[in-house]
Amino acid sequence: MVRAWRRTHLGSEADRATFRALHSASLASPALREGLTTGSAERSIRHLRALLGTPALAITDTAGLLAWDGTGQHHEDQVPALVAATLERGGTRGFDRADLPCQEAGCPLRTAVVSTLVVEERVVGTLQAFAPYPTAGLARANDEVAQWVSGQLELAELDASRTRLMEAEVRALRAQISPHFIYNSLGAIASFVRTDPDRARDLLLEFADFTRYSFRRHGDFTTLAEELRSVERYLLLEQARFGDRLQLTLGIAPEVLPVAVPFLCIQPLVENAVRHGLESAEGVGHIRITAHDRGQECVIEVEDDGVGEDPEKVRRALAGDASSDSVGLGNVDARLRNAFGDDFGLVVETAPGAGTKVVVRVPKFAPGVHP
Amino acid sequence: MTSVPGIVAVVVVALATLAIGTWGLRVSRTTSDFLVASRSVGPRLNASAIGGEYLSAASFLGVAGLVLTFGADMLWYPIGWTAGYLVLLVLVAAPLRRSGAYTLPDFAEARFGSRHVRSVCSVLVVAIGLLYLYPQFQGAGLTLRSAVGAPTWVGPVIVGAVVLANVTSGGMRSITFVQAFQYWLKLWALLLPAAVLVAVWFSDGRPGAASSLAGAPVGDWSAPLASGGGQGLYVTYSLIVATFLGTMGLPHVVVRFYTNPDGRAARRTTLVVLALLGLFYLLPPVYGALGRAYAAELAAAGRSDVLVLELPRLMVPGLLGDALTGLVTAGAFAAFLSTSSGLCIAVAGVLSQDVTGRPWRGRRLAGVTAFRLGAVVAVVVPTLMALAAPHVGVARAVGLAFAVAASTFCPLLLLGIWWRGLTAAGAVAGLAVGGLGSGAAVLATLTAAAPAGWPSVLLEQPAAWSVPLAFATMVGVSLATRSRVPAHAGRFMVRLHTPEALDLDRG
Repeated sequence: MVRAWRRTHLGSEADRATFRALHSASLASPALREGLTTGSAERSIRHLRALLGTPALAITDTAGLLAWDGTGQHHEDQVPALVAATLERGGTRGFDRADLPCQEAGCPLRTAVVSTLVVEERVVGTLQAFAPYPTAGLARANDEVAQWVSGQLELAELDASRTRLMEAEVRALRAQISPHFIYNSLGAIASFVRTDPDRARDLLLEFADFTRYSFRRHGDFTTLAEELRSVERYLLLEQARFGDRLQLTLGIAPEVLPVAVPFLCIQPLVENAVRHGLESAEGVGHIRITAHDRGQECVIEVEDDGVGEDPEKVRRALAGDASSDSVGLGNVDARLRNAFGDDFGLVVETAPGAGTKVVVRVPKFAPGVHP
Repeated sequence: MTSVPGIVAVVVVALATLAIGTWGLRVSRTTSDFLVASRSVGPRLNASAIGGEYLSAASFLGVAGLVLTFGADMLWYPIGWTAGYLVLLVLVAAPLRRSGAYTLPDFAEARFGSRHVRSVCSVLVVAIGLLYLYPQFQGAGLTLRSAVGAPTWVGPVIVGAVVLANVTSGGMRSITFVQAFQYWLKLWALLLPAAVLVAVWFSDGRPGAASSLAGAPVGDWSAPLASGGGQGLYVTYSLIVATFLGTMGLPHVVVRFYTNPDGRAARRTTLVVLALLGLFYLLPPVYGALGRAYAAELAAAGRSDVLVLELPRLMVPGLLGDALTGLVTAGAFAAFLSTSSGLCIAVAGVLSQDVTGRPWRGRRLAGVTAFRLGAVVAVVVPTLMALAAPHVGVARAVGLAFAVAASTFCPLLLLGIWWRGLTAAGAVAGLAVGGLGSGAAVLATLTAAAPAGWPSVLLEQPAAWSVPLAFATMVGVSLATRSRVPAHAGRFMVRLHTPEALDLDRG
């Protein structure tokens, strides 16, 4: 009765072996996805040995041992020699008694199979399986497992490079205070130097504070209050240039000011709004910035009544098309998603001639996010 | 027409609340006002808002009723409800703010990096919220019956509908200005009638307590050797533990601290809250004391919870009495409206995040829909409880919610903030022991299942045994699982305890 149930529900013996192997692999993979370190090797090696069924298994980098699992720890000293011998030739290599001298009677580690771990065509380490007898099956299995581990490590590399790219983009965005803005601001300030020296001085100080905030080095997050202060400075400088052509409406719920937001996530949106609302259209441009309290999250809206944009173009900008002139949008969207998850991407409502409204949703709390 | 002032008061409060919520922040501003617009909520305003949300029907109606029936022993309730903020001020306020957590489950997740502890906390938040909501709705039923003469079931149903409509339409978000307004409304709604009533009492020749109440035993709570005194002393200690330590675990109180810009502001806010609550709690005992002279029959009829509403009419006949009745009715309405809206939002928020917003059979509700569904649950369940459960007294039912909060979130917060060694396993075990222990006691009390004598006393006031038990479990299990202290615990402690002004890598 029990046997019948097990057979129908868990499949044949071969099926179950497959399931076990897949399960071991799935247990090993989260650690390996962090890259090849002592920590990740120690956490994954138990599952990898279960997969291979050998009495002992070692993971190394190109210099020496990272982790050892199983019996015969006295062989650990010989590991670097095996690494060196394998790195000379690459691929998978077998070693016998002559390479593993052993004084202990009954030690089951008489032979070894060593396969290289390769990430992006570069050898980063080895996987060493130890067994009493050399078998072709073990060589094959070790080779396959090493290839699978290499694949996981390559994925880890991909994650890391994605994070690096994101960091580089933030740095780029900081450096990307548009040259036009600097030129225009200094020009506007210069025009006040003779007529209104006090205002010129104030504006210069605002300019100094604005650049200091934008070039700030530490921390990926800031509070909404800080971010809005920078927006304020930016708008003051723009108003010096546009005068009454730039009309501003604000509605900010004080409850949401302490919320942690990604550094420089509102300012690019306001810059876009000024550009679309004013620079390309004659007459007065209205910009509206609101922040609402919505219980668990806060909703920030930046709205202009300018020329608007083709929704398809915005979609491409959000998808990361660098040729668009709304580079800031795509960057802000990517960083919001990265910090808070895909539920919290930018929402852009726009159409040609109908103005643009950008909506940012930020949760009040997200693990690991603090200013 | 005795019902007119009540109806007028209720309508006025509802409209004023909605009006402030709608227009309070819709003032357009230009750039020159940017600094004004982006100024954070000051400690005084925030403290008023906390007071507004915190002072519930239990404070407004329940305390006076308890003093009327049981005498001065019951002053422990208002003392404990105020002193809870002292514990909050000294041990919790600033570190909790610095943790960046918005809700209690957020704090648990930040401290332990574990979804499991978060889920357990979510369950407890919902349980405490519902337990706190149901006496609010019962109080609402009493208020409407006393003001308009409606049957008892009408109150919870109508009020539940009003709160639900307000919360789901977004009109009654816990906006700071609205809640601050509610505090001052409640204060004046008690203060003015109290002044008039005390004047009347003087002109009547300062009568003492009515004869039916004069013989009530006094002093049981402090005399362990008097007959039944052991129980009295136990009840007092248990009450002190529950109220002093329970305040920090109330879901709608904690979320308010997020509005403070930093830890220092959180402390200042708490200090102001202490002053505001101290001021407010002077008043209900005045009603209780006057009630012992003028309204003894309410205690005999078991309707002591409506004392505050009935007393002006009993003492001052005519138009003035009607006007004062309208005022206290307005205050009572504000009391349960603000508290139940705040609680409803807190419970619905947790439900929408951890229950209704989760994918179910491959589909997921949108954020707003999930929140509304959560709000429906947060209103309907306590409404049904208010209709079905026996009337144990508004203040006592709220006291049970405090006991559960003290047995669960108090150890979690205190140990989580002040002890590096707390592990996720220890936290879950402590929450489970404290939650199950106090929860069983609550069930036994609400269903009146416990036998009389010591078992009944132990179950009616569980805090004195369930809080130490929860602490001991958390410490014990944490020590047993010492190897699993979260890796980031040390760094988290640094962030909790260093003032923001210190330039330091908080990573």
